[in-house]
Amino acid sequence: MALIKLKSGFDLNIKGKINQDDVRPANPSACFAIIPDDFCGIIPRMEKKEGDKVMAGEALFHDKNDEKIKVAAPVSGTVKAVVRGDRRKIMAILIDPDDNNEDKVFDTKSNPKELLLESGLWAMMRQRPYDIVPTTETRPRDIFITAFDSAPLAPSLKVVLGDNEKYLDKAVQALSTMTEGKVYLGCSKEDSFDATGAEVNTFVGPHPAGNAGVQIANVKPVNKGEVVWTLDIVTAARIGKLFETGKVDFSTVVALTGSGIMEPCYVKATMGCSLKSLLDQQIINDDKDKRIISGNVLTGVKESIDGYLHAPYRHITVINEINKKDEFMGWASLNPNKFSIYRVFTSWLLARHKEVDLDAKLNGGERAIVLSGEYDKMIPMDIYAEFLIKAIIAFDIDKMEQLGIYEVAPEDFALAEFADTSKLELQRIVREGLDKMRAEMC
Amino acid sequence: MKALRKFMDKIKPQFQEGGKLAKLESVFDGMETFLFTPNTTSRSGVHIHDSNDMKRSMITVVVALLPCLLFAMYNTGYQHFNAIGTTATFWQMFLFGLLAMLPVIVVSYVVGLGIEFIGAQIHHKEIQEGFLVTGILIPLIVPINTPLWMTAVATAFAVIFAKEIFGGTGMNIFNVALITRAFLFFAYPSKMSGDLAFVKTDTAFGYGGGTVVDGFSGATPLGEVATNAGDTLSDKIPSTIDAFIGLIPGSPGETSMIAILIGAAILLITGIASWRVMISVFAGGLVMGAIAHAFPTPTYPASMLDPLAQLCFGGFAFAAVFMATDPVTGARTKIGQYIYGFLIGVFAILIRVYNGGYPEGAMLAVLLMNAFAPLIDYCVVQANINRRLKRAKAQ
Repeated sequence: MALIKLKSGFDLNIKGKINQDDVRPANPSACFAIIPDDFCGIIPRMEKKEGDKVMAGEALFHDKNDEKIKVAAPVSGTVKAVVRGDRRKIMAILIDPDDNNEDKVFDTKSNPKELLLESGLWAMMRQRPYDIVPTTETRPRDIFITAFDSAPLAPSLKVVLGDNEKYLDKAVQALSTMTEGKVYLGCSKEDSFDATGAEVNTFVGPHPAGNAGVQIANVKPVNKGEVVWTLDIVTAARIGKLFETGKVDFSTVVALTGSGIMEPCYVKATMGCSLKSLLDQQIINDDKDKRIISGNVLTGVKESIDGYLHAPYRHITVINEINKKDEFMGWASLNPNKFSIYRVFTSWLLARHKEVDLDAKLNGGERAIVLSGEYDKMIPMDIYAEFLIKAIIAFDIDKMEQLGIYEVAPEDFALAEFADTSKLELQRIVREGLDKMRAEMC
Repeated sequence: MKALRKFMDKIKPQFQEGGKLAKLESVFDGMETFLFTPNTTSRSGVHIHDSNDMKRSMITVVVALLPCLLFAMYNTGYQHFNAIGTTATFWQMFLFGLLAMLPVIVVSYVVGLGIEFIGAQIHHKEIQEGFLVTGILIPLIVPINTPLWMTAVATAFAVIFAKEIFGGTGMNIFNVALITRAFLFFAYPSKMSGDLAFVKTDTAFGYGGGTVVDGFSGATPLGEVATNAGDTLSDKIPSTIDAFIGLIPGSPGETSMIAILIGAAILLITGIASWRVMISVFAGGLVMGAIAHAFPTPTYPASMLDPLAQLCFGGFAFAAVFMATDPVTGARTKIGQYIYGFLIGVFAILIRVYNGGYPEGAMLAVLLMNAFAPLIDYCVVQANINRRLKRAKAQ
């Protein structure tokens, strides 16, 4: 067990934290949705049609390029609709739940890899390079399990795991059979876990210490030609439970957080449930527009109240869209409520440890990269982030490879994107870079 | 403010495509974002953004330059009344300096921003804030007696050929303000040196003026040093303390070490400038100054200056704090910044001491290292790449 101290990064002290660990049940959801875009790298091809009956754990669709990779329905019921967007892209698969609660039962004695693929839990893991659902033909060098979420307002994974912690040993045992190397477990000091067979590393430091990419980079970085898998501890426990009971547990604990929530709390729900069922009577009713984010403020997805819970199915944040409209000469402001991680605003002196209520405003226009070293301060990896970003924009494949694109995921750049004075969309740039790179290499 | 907002909303359609004043779209956009922080919210990626933007960063640098600017005004007046041998109160001196410097500031901003506005409109882009800083740097480094048309030509040259053709703020290779200075320096050398380039002796808007006192020399300390003859430095050369305070002839912004240090403190506390560059420039200057001082020779009189005086005289400190730390034209990697800064310090003193043609070397040293900054970064990044390759091979 190693203690790894990280210096770069920043813990944003945002308003709307959860103060108690009680988990209360959510309202029943009238409809469930699985959103294919949550499973990066998969092009969905439907296995079920509208009107078909499904059991919880039964495949809804598989990957067009590899039909062994499946994504399963989280509840039993009827496929209500396959929502399509431009060029008939599948945007969501809606399921009307029934009361039968039928679970598909898998044979726990079958090949572990087959079992993971068949149950849909495979699709909840990611691989480096490219930050996509793992391809089936490669055996990973190592498997990294992240055991804490360091993002702003993120839930404690100890709470999300609940009783399922006991399945971790089984999960590590199963995962170990799929890699030549080790299974690593990256814990924080506050929430430590242990699992037989896993190598535990404890990370101390600000966000993004909980990101898989950061943990890999500080334990054993990914080199060209190598593949590692990453998953969070909640998925690991689900895998353990599958191998123990033969069923996939689609229940989850969701943290409702942010300045737009009346009383931030944990609720027990099911993956893919509607946001209405989670947020009923929870959003503060004032004259300000609210932004509902499925996930955290850095990497989450913007959703409307009619939307659904996205992967990784454990966090909702609600913030104001705009706190103050038409701010007069905001660049000259001496207002201590204007938050910045740089010392250019008075908040640095007057409101240092105050919880801040951040809105969705860009606070400036997009510019060329001017100030130096901003990204490096936010990314605790041995990577020249700015040079990598420039290589991606220029689509210089050789340079991208040399500068370590195989080691990163868009989420690793999220904090840098927040801090960026030039307001560049770093996560989008990295995602596009990874996609283009993958298309070029495969 | 609501009335202003309403007014802006009312006239906005005229500046949009199809409107009568669509040709001024970028200018309007610049004004609007200057007055009101845009209400745009994030569409993709992170949902929250830091309050700091380019406007705030640039304005912080302008604030850091204010002590130098105010002192420059006072000192311009002080030197003027000193030259004509009239006694004057503090406010009279300041007023003279203000009147003398104001036209330069106006010319610099009007020419520079004008070109920026046109460039932004041609490319249908937002106006970039870079010139906010350049525009105030130019009056601080251009000798006070430079004719305004020369300043205008030089500014136009620098903005067009050192910045816009490379793609605007953030893309330039050389520091725009220093290119302005260098253009003047090489195009009109007679106006850039000599005893009376740095002290304004004629009137400013009819204020001040008089006959220059007999025997008055307005040469900068380094100018005096360069023409020094004999084994010791003459006592006409001001002491280090005088140079530290700054009531000596020189380019307006560069004379007072105190004002520069206040600016440096603002830049370092806010974290806008790299302390690595700043410290390394001074370290480089001290080292080279000490080497030169260890082997004093009358052939190169500046070698007789002690290292501390080297830092306080001329534009060295101003260049270290405000020019070398320009992030766009400097090295961008941490290790690169140490090397970049150190070499600026070394070259500034090297040119100053051992090149008879130029009594001051800071400007040329920064421009020289601007050209080498990408190479330094290339080497540092290449080391990272090699480390990554080595790691892959070791597997």
